[in-house]
This record gives sequence, structure tokens and C-alpha cells, in this order.
Amino acid sequence: MTWLVCGAGIVAVLPLLLILGHIAIRGFSAMSTTFLVHLPAPAGVPGGGMGNAIAGTLILVAMASVIGLPIGLGAGLYLAEHRTTRLANTVRFLADVLNGLPSIVLGVFAWELLVRPAGHFSALAGGITLGVLMIPLVTRATEEMVRLVPVALSEAALALGFSEWRTVATVVLRTALPGIVTGALVAMARVAGETAPLLFTAFGNPYWSWDVRRPIAALPLQVYAYALSPFDDWRAQAWTGALVLVSLVLAIGIMARLAIRSRQRLARGASVGRSTRA
Amino acid sequence: MFVSRRPLGDVVYRACIAACALVIPTLLVLLGGVIAWAALPAIRTAGSNLVLGSTWDVAHNEFGALPAIIGTLLSSAIALVLATPLAIAAAILTAELAPGWLRTPLAFLIDLLAAIPSVVYGLWGIFVLVPLLRSYVMPFVTDTLHLGGVPLFSGPAYGPSLLAAGIVLAIMILPYIASVLREVLLAVPQSQREAALALGATRWEMIRDAVIPFARSGLLGGVMLGLGRALGETMAVTMVIGNNNVIPTSFFDPAYTVASLLANEFSEASGALHLSALMAVAGVLLLTTLLVNGFARWLVWRVRRAGGVA
Repeated sequence: MTWLVCGAGIVAVLPLLLILGHIAIRGFSAMSTTFLVHLPAPAGVPGGGMGNAIAGTLILVAMASVIGLPIGLGAGLYLAEHRTTRLANTVRFLADVLNGLPSIVLGVFAWELLVRPAGHFSALAGGITLGVLMIPLVTRATEEMVRLVPVALSEAALALGFSEWRTVATVVLRTALPGIVTGALVAMARVAGETAPLLFTAFGNPYWSWDVRRPIAALPLQVYAYALSPFDDWRAQAWTGALVLVSLVLAIGIMARLAIRSRQRLARGASVGRSTRA
Repeated sequence: MFVSRRPLGDVVYRACIAACALVIPTLLVLLGGVIAWAALPAIRTAGSNLVLGSTWDVAHNEFGALPAIIGTLLSSAIALVLATPLAIAAAILTAELAPGWLRTPLAFLIDLLAAIPSVVYGLWGIFVLVPLLRSYVMPFVTDTLHLGGVPLFSGPAYGPSLLAAGIVLAIMILPYIASVLREVLLAVPQSQREAALALGATRWEMIRDAVIPFARSGLLGGVMLGLGRALGETMAVTMVIGNNNVIPTSFFDPAYTVASLLANEFSEASGALHLSALMAVAGVLLLTTLLVNGFARWLVWRVRRAGGVA
């Protein structure tokens, strides 16, 4: 029975590894510097790249971070401070629920509030939607990292006369910062791969665009459009775009988890004197 | 020095973080409110036909989203049936059975796989899975197994189908369910395992009789979270399901899901009623996923609390 379960577990992971391998192989063939820095070529014409899509994704993630990071940080600090009050439990629960909502519903919501009144698609709308998507992720990460900070540290600061906000700013945040930064990076990587909410907010753009009030290209949007196109060249580029996206997400994910685990080991060692677990 | 009033910095700080925390419930309420309000015209006009009607005809202002709703439910059901046993096995593997040195890397790997964007799965689905189904699996079922006459496998089988969507969804939600279930299994107190072993149980008996029953509601919750994810999944499904707005009668039929309907029609919706109908359909999806996710989170939370983890 044990062997059966082991076998099934391995079967579970195998398709995913095969998919990753497939992407790496197919994606590599069209990879070049042209791909990374050039605009898309006209339909049916070989060559061109996804430079504007990559730039667009970076711009969108930056805008999303402006919204998602501060609010997520604040909410995470609140939850770590008030651990089991009714409001804190409700907010934590709702953050998890918000996390699990279909991203297309958030896109529809953003369309109604940001695109419809403005009369046109915009990068700003896309950035704000992604920011809203980021909030629960950053909240969770912040809360977990702040909880790992030994209580003794903040108590010592308070005992020395620091006010609460100063304790948080200088002691708690400084200790938890590497973990929070990696959590934020993971959230940004997650959000960079989202396509559905961008379908009717950022919409896509075949040219370079630096105006946030205009539609903008994004890597997942471009991969989607190229995948559905009838041109072989575009389809090959879709694989390369997918490779770039997956490499980004995996690279940040691996770095983040390695960093977080060493943090947890440190914190566990520092809290030897505490009687209860976090 | 005794300070009788809280310093200003503290007041500001506390207000700020409370405001940040309140953003989350506000967003959810706003989300529900805006979508409900935008859906009102369609609900007033079409009423229950929105969820019970089978014809989605934009030109004649007829908006029946039943095919999309049924497609969503069926594709998610197929995904759950395929993914759940494997996810449970993977969770047991990473929480109980794997040798200590392998557990963390394996769990790490599964978590990473859960982070891959869905458009990538969709890409793979279009160019690898669908041709595979079309050239090998579907002919195998219809010709070699002679099941072509059976209603569930009848009809033209040209690749993009309910089955393809179910398979892609299964592959996508598998790592997600596995990592939640792993957390649930890890929340089972060690005392339960030790008690079973002390009474003479084998490794598998200990898992089957001590760990799993304790974590039962959490396991259900984890599976439901996967369901919630599958219900809302858009990109990968849109790319492989065939986008045929008809109630599917066979696994090989192209079908439609609510998320695909939104993805395909929303940016080019014509007319206020069309938009409002799409909003209403989005509202149905929102409500369903809210209920499924809310209930699932509560179940998982129950086991973690019982196991002593906050």
C-alpha cells in the first residue's frame, strides 16, 4: 500500500515536470536578444519579439506593487499585532477568500470601476487590478514573517522607552524585512503571470507604450494572443514567451523559499526560551 | 516619566494599519456590490433565464448561460476526480512517507509547480495535449474500445473538448491541493501517530486509521479549495475547451465555461444588456467561488486549530 501511494505521488508530480521540460525545449529555439528587445513583427512576417510585452509586464508589476505592498504590509502588521481578535480573524479569513477568487472576476470589477468611466483601456487599470490581487499575498507573507520575530526583541525596545511605531519601524521590520521582501517578490512573480484580469483592463498594445493612461502590452497577454494565432512564427514565440515567464516565476520562487527557510531556522533557534510555538 | 497620553506617532501608526487591514473586507463588499448593481438590468430583464436558459444569443438579446454553467461544473468535476487521489497520495508522500531528506525538497517542488502561470498550461494544452487526444486517445476510445456509440464518448472528436479542459485543470490544481493537504496532514498532532504505532499499527495503518480520520474535514477542505480554483480558472480552459456555447453531452464535445464566456466576450461586448448579462454571469461565478472557498477555508482552519496550530 505504501508503495502504491509513493507511486501515485510520483505520478502526480511527473506531468508537471514533463510540461516544464517541454516548455524549456520548445521555448529555447526562438530565444534570442531580438526576442527580448524588439517589437512584434506584423502578422505573418518572421522575426520581431516581445520587448514591449516584457517592458509592459515590468511596468504593470511596478504599479501593482505601489498599491499592493503598502496595503499588504499594513494589513499584515495589523494581523500580526492583533492575533486572535474577532476582527483580525475575520480579516485573515477574508484575505484568504480574496486570494482564492477567480482573477477574471476581479478584472470585470476593475473594468466597471476604472475602464468604463474612463472610456478606454489603460495600463493604470491593469496595474491597480494586479495590485488588488497582490494584497492578500503580501498580507499573508508579512504576517508570517513578523510573527517569527521573537517577542523579546520588541519587548526590550518598549522597555527602553520606544513608542510602538518606533519599535515596529526600527526593530520588528528590520528583523523581518528580508522575509517580507522575499514574500513580496513571490507575490510580484505570481501577479506577473496573471492574464485574465488584464484582458479587459490593460488590453495589450503592439507598440512601446509609456503612457499609463493608454493600453499596454503584457507578457502573458502576448503569449495568449500568439498561442491562438495561425502563424507558426508567432506560435514559436509564444513558447519562448512562456519560457521567460516560467523562468521568472520559478527563479524568484526558488530564491524566496530558500531565503525564507533559513529565516525560519534562525527564528526557531532564537525562540528557544519561549514556551509556546508561534 | 509617566506619559498619560499615547504618543501621536502611535495613534497614526495604529490608525494606518487598521485602515490597511480594513481595505480587504471593503474590497470584497465593493466587489459584490458593484457586480450586483451592474448585473441588475439583466436580472430584471432576463430573470431566471440567465441561469436556466440554454441559448446565448447576443443578437436577439437572449442570455441563457446554462451551457457555460454546466461546462464549468463538469470540467471542474472531471478535474477533481482526476486530481484528488493523486494529490492525496502526493500529500501523504510529502507529509508521512518520504524519507526525511526528501520531504522538504519534494514539498518545495510541488509548491513551485503551483506557481506556474495558467496561460503556460494553456499553451501546453493547445499544442501538446489536444493533438495527443485527437490523434491517439480519442480514436483509441472510439475505435479500439468501441465506445463510440456510448453517449458519453459519442459525437465528433476533434480535440478541444470537455475532457481536455478537465485534464488541464487537473494538472493545474493538483499541486495546489497537494500543498494544502500536506499542511493539513502536518497539523495532525504527533501524539495521534505515536498512539497508533504504540498499539501495534503498521506505517500505512497508522496513516489510514490515525492521521487521515483526524484530518478528514481538512482534507475535504483542501479538495474544495481545489474545486474553487478549478471553477474560476480562465486562461488554460479557454484555450482547450473548444468554446462551443452548447450543453455538452459527451466528454469529447467542445464546451464552454463561465470564465471562458467572460474572457471571450467581455472586451467586445455590444450593448448595455449584453454587458449587464455578462456581469450577472460573473456574479454567479463570484458567489459560487465565495461559498466554496469560504466553506473550504473554514474546514481547513478547523483541523489546524484542533491540531494546535493557529
